[in-house]
Amino acid sequence: MGAALFLLVAALTVVAALGVILHPNPVKSALFLVVTLFLLAAVFVLLEAHMIAALQIIVYAGAIMVLFLFVIMLLNLRNDDPERGRRRYVLRGLAWIGGVALAIELALLVRGASVGSAGSAPAGYGGAAAVARSLYTDFLLPFELTSILLLAAVVGAVVLAQKQRRPTLS
Amino acid sequence: MGLIEVGIAGAKAFAVLMLVLHMSAVLLWVERKGSALIQDRIGANRANIFGVMPVNLGLINTLVADPLKLLTKEDVVPAGADKLLHFLAPFLAVFPVMVTFAAIPFGDQLVIGGHTINLQVAGLDIGILYVLAMSSLAVYGVVLGGWASNSRWALLGAIRGSAQMISYEIAMGLALIGAVMTFGTLDMQAIARAQGHHFFGLIPAWGVFYQPLAFLVFLIAGIAETKRVPFDLPEGESELISGYFTEYSGMKQAAFMLSDFAESVVVAGLATTLFFGAWQVPLLFRDGFHLPGGAIVALPHLAVVGLQIASFTVKVFALCVFQILVRWTLPRYRYDQVMDLGWKYLLPLALANMLVTGIVIVLLG
Repeated sequence: MGAALFLLVAALTVVAALGVILHPNPVKSALFLVVTLFLLAAVFVLLEAHMIAALQIIVYAGAIMVLFLFVIMLLNLRNDDPERGRRRYVLRGLAWIGGVALAIELALLVRGASVGSAGSAPAGYGGAAAVARSLYTDFLLPFELTSILLLAAVVGAVVLAQKQRRPTLS
Repeated sequence: MGLIEVGIAGAKAFAVLMLVLHMSAVLLWVERKGSALIQDRIGANRANIFGVMPVNLGLINTLVADPLKLLTKEDVVPAGADKLLHFLAPFLAVFPVMVTFAAIPFGDQLVIGGHTINLQVAGLDIGILYVLAMSSLAVYGVVLGGWASNSRWALLGAIRGSAQMISYEIAMGLALIGAVMTFGTLDMQAIARAQGHHFFGLIPAWGVFYQPLAFLVFLIAGIAETKRVPFDLPEGESELISGYFTEYSGMKQAAFMLSDFAESVVVAGLATTLFFGAWQVPLLFRDGFHLPGGAIVALPHLAVVGLQIASFTVKVFALCVFQILVRWTLPRYRYDQVMDLGWKYLLPLALANMLVTGIVIVLLG
């Protein structure tokens, strides 16, 4: 039951992820990314990581992707390809090289990994208390550093978005 | 899981779905008649069944005639619209609102024939996060409805709506954090149980007494999330016709309206659960009423559970009616005022509330 459900969700996730890179329309492509992130949350639920699943939807599917869509809609992007001519073929070539390199890396990793049964998760694993405990003890420093990084980003965005003040005569 | 458990789960889900749908329909009537009362009009009154009803009840109009009319109307898809997304958007607007109610408890435990039934569709340990996650998905119905319609008014409404909903979601989430810190759990049934004691054996210890500021911020942000007056900029009928659902007709337009009302019910349900003692009845315990002075009025189990469910329904309905009163009392904000209120007042207030709550919790040890 659990394994069948996982396989179904995982297959759908891959299909949605393919939709992101293959669909020519930017809005549809972004929507496929929303579906992908939602299905990833479903995978997290199947792995008992409820907290991460909820955060995945709140932060990625619910907030960041809305901003993506917002920008795409404001710029009114349609189906045209921004890159034309020779430059386009160079970019395609580079993408192929990068993709093949990633695929080889992944294959080597999978060959070297040992797949055993993980055993069942302890009670409360992946709940709010367990995640919070590890976040505020073992990973306190990275957590705080990330929050400072985000704060800097927020301040930067506010400064950039401010109305341009007229240059004063001095 | 046996057949009986599956049946019980199904029955609970069905009951909650019906509660939200019927509450929305009754609210539509309350809104029509209530707004008429406030504005000194008669309101919806032209409905009768083949002229045989002794009195003209506006209720028939709203609950029977209106849905029939909407169901039989032509469904227009504008030229140049994205057909798939135009079709999908009303569903995306309704679905997240309906599933949000799964985490809200509408009663304590019901014991029948050896089965202990938790009166909550899904007993999630991360209940509040689930609610926030689902409500954050509600934006897509608005955004896609506006974009797929291929209309300027609709697109403007969608852009206003998405910006407004994202902004107020933050204030709403932070206000809820204050309440969560007080109760120390994200499980909504546990939060409901934690509000079961009384100050001086008389005043119920509801969340609103611990977190008045959080309640205020939550309610304002919640009303903004439902996109109703004074925050109805995404619809703004005097500027944008009807905003993101301008190009919808018939049942699809009704789906958007339904989602608005259902969102009000969800906001009321959340406020009830976190700030007004959920299904708790003042002075009512598992065995009956404990009156001040030590007297106990014993009640059978079924009566207690019935009172709890009734209490929850009445509180949710009262908060819904309050939202309608707000809607027909205040004028619409200007868009920059909406953004200012969200970012410059509610957000700092919610943050300050979190800070003070944290300090008090640390001081009380």
